[in-house]
Amino acid sequence: MTPPDFAFYLFAILVVAAGLFTVIARNPVHSVLWLILAFLSSAGLFVLMGAEFVAMLLVIVYVGAVAVLFLFVVMMLDVDFSALKAEMAKYMPVALLIGVVILMQFGIIFGVWQASDVAEQNVAAATARFGGASNTQAIGQLLYDDYLLLFQLAGLILLVAMIGAIVLTLRHRSDVKRQDIVAQIMRDPAKSMELREVKSGQGLQ
Amino acid sequence: MSSADFSVLMPQIVLTIFAMGGLLFAVYTGKDRVAPLLLWVTSALFVAIAFWIGTGGAGDGAAFGGLFVADAFARFASVMILLSAAAVLLMSESYMARRDLLRFEYPLLVTLCVVGMTVMVSAGDLMTLYMGLELQSLSLYVIAALRRDSAKSTEAGLKYFVLGALSSGLLLYGASLTYGYSGTTLFSGIIRAIGDGDPSLGLLFGLVFIASGLAFKVSAAPFHMWTPDVYEGAPTPVTAFFATAPKVAAIGLLARILHDAFGGVTGDWQQVVAALSVASMFLGAVAAIGQRDIKRLMAYSSINHIGFALMGLAAGTAFGVQAMLVYMAIYVVMNIGTFAFILAMEQDGKPVTSIESLSLFSRTDMTRALAMLVLMFSMAGVPPFVGFFGKYYVLSAAIDAGLGWLAVLGVIASVIAAYYYLRIVYLMFFGPEGQSLETTRSPVLWGMLVASALIMVVGVVNLFGIEGPAAMAAQTLVE
Repeated sequence: MTPPDFAFYLFAILVVAAGLFTVIARNPVHSVLWLILAFLSSAGLFVLMGAEFVAMLLVIVYVGAVAVLFLFVVMMLDVDFSALKAEMAKYMPVALLIGVVILMQFGIIFGVWQASDVAEQNVAAATARFGGASNTQAIGQLLYDDYLLLFQLAGLILLVAMIGAIVLTLRHRSDVKRQDIVAQIMRDPAKSMELREVKSGQGLQ
Repeated sequence: MSSADFSVLMPQIVLTIFAMGGLLFAVYTGKDRVAPLLLWVTSALFVAIAFWIGTGGAGDGAAFGGLFVADAFARFASVMILLSAAAVLLMSESYMARRDLLRFEYPLLVTLCVVGMTVMVSAGDLMTLYMGLELQSLSLYVIAALRRDSAKSTEAGLKYFVLGALSSGLLLYGASLTYGYSGTTLFSGIIRAIGDGDPSLGLLFGLVFIASGLAFKVSAAPFHMWTPDVYEGAPTPVTAFFATAPKVAAIGLLARILHDAFGGVTGDWQQVVAALSVASMFLGAVAAIGQRDIKRLMAYSSINHIGFALMGLAAGTAFGVQAMLVYMAIYVVMNIGTFAFILAMEQDGKPVTSIESLSLFSRTDMTRALAMLVLMFSMAGVPPFVGFFGKYYVLSAAIDAGLGWLAVLGVIASVIAAYYYLRIVYLMFFGPEGQSLETTRSPVLWGMLVASALIMVVGVVNLFGIEGPAAMAAQTLVE
């Protein structure tokens, strides 16, 4: 077994095991931590495939942002996970049955998988002009040049998500004290403070 | 990528810049106070752009290496989408303003949704398809939940969101299987990769997954579960929007991918579409009978109509696509009219949606009752009205394609569906005595209702000449 083979099996087993523990861990925080391990191991698999850019994205975006966000949600929201689990147990048999049926169907597809005669050519043609370029450069070229339209549309989708979040949640409450910076700056110290002589033994009237 | 690419995309760019500019303008000025102004400007812009696209002023041909295709089919569908969105926006103003729902984001979200829909019908690639679809769906989820203090509206938004996410998942799975088979996501590449050969099992799975994902979006049975709840829960103007433009976009997208990408295996998808069509026609006809709420009734009615439109698509011919386009155009006009009526329904200043409240409405307002009678007869497909010609078109397309059994089932379903349309007419003219229905004094709603009813009567002369453009659109799609 060569070192790359060894690394592949190590990462592959880790991904599967971490995935399993993500699902069965009792404590949701542990689930998220297992999920992070699964992300890191798949990043390792991407590196083995020579896709170092995707591997870095996985670490930065999924581990750095998404998983941390998950952690926040799990810790901040008061969700009773044991009740959810009990609910889930009710549907488990049906879910398992459907899962097995789908698995068998996919077994059938991939058992007789047969790509079109020109599929290889098509795939090769898409990246042919990037001959010597590193895959980061190739992804950049595709994303910002060929797929500019899609990139911009993705931006619009995010804009809609942002507008949606504001429309559905922002409420202007009138009973809250807001910071008024101009008023703060324009305050006159002479008017905001008053000095009084207080005689001993007597309070202020 | 060159300036030619951008000129093809000009209508979408203008709409997007308008949406972003409008957002900034409203935030820095009167916020929700400028909403009516924005709404009118948006409608005017939609009409202007529809005119621009319709007269062929906007660019033509494939752009961005085939990602985006502006052909006669895309133009026809885009014009339908823009005009119906403009009409629905105008109708929603008085209703939303009186219920404190008229937020300045509403017309802008509709604008972005329309951008998504025009991209959908012009998609030339699986990725463009998905981007357009998500842009449209995400805007729809938000406006479905616009009345955020109402549990029903929030439920509608959430339900639509969860099921929409599921359907997107199905669609993506199908797209990945299709890509695995053909090695490219371009429709033109997929159709070449399939060639005339026997499609492999994997490709068929991909095709079925994509069709199921899109069937969710057009709410064809058995993927219709969300429709009645979302139609009932969403604010009525939003329901009117759901029933018109997005349906055109989704079915246009379905037609485009089936013909542009899977045109070589027509026999394989014909049976899938025919099965969806039969299920939708019968479910829409039978399940609507027991409904007491007119918005739920319209949901089932739309499922039934989509069944008929799918029948045209199932024919798999250019004539079938033409029939589908004509049917959708008629359907959209009828729905705009009917929702103009529903939006005006009121009792004691509150909106009502129960069917019983229509009782003896003809005594209150004869003009509206007559207009509604025309629309209901047209929806049921009673001969002198335009709705009949829509049904006639799709039925003859099905028979031409050798799907006689489908046409027979369609006729049976339309007879069943006629029951509940005629029941509304019966209630309005001969119903039992009850609290009488009032209507909002809104010239826009009145105008839309009467105009749509008039179209249903006058249109029998030549269907306003939409057959020609529809035939041309179908021709470019099927080749």
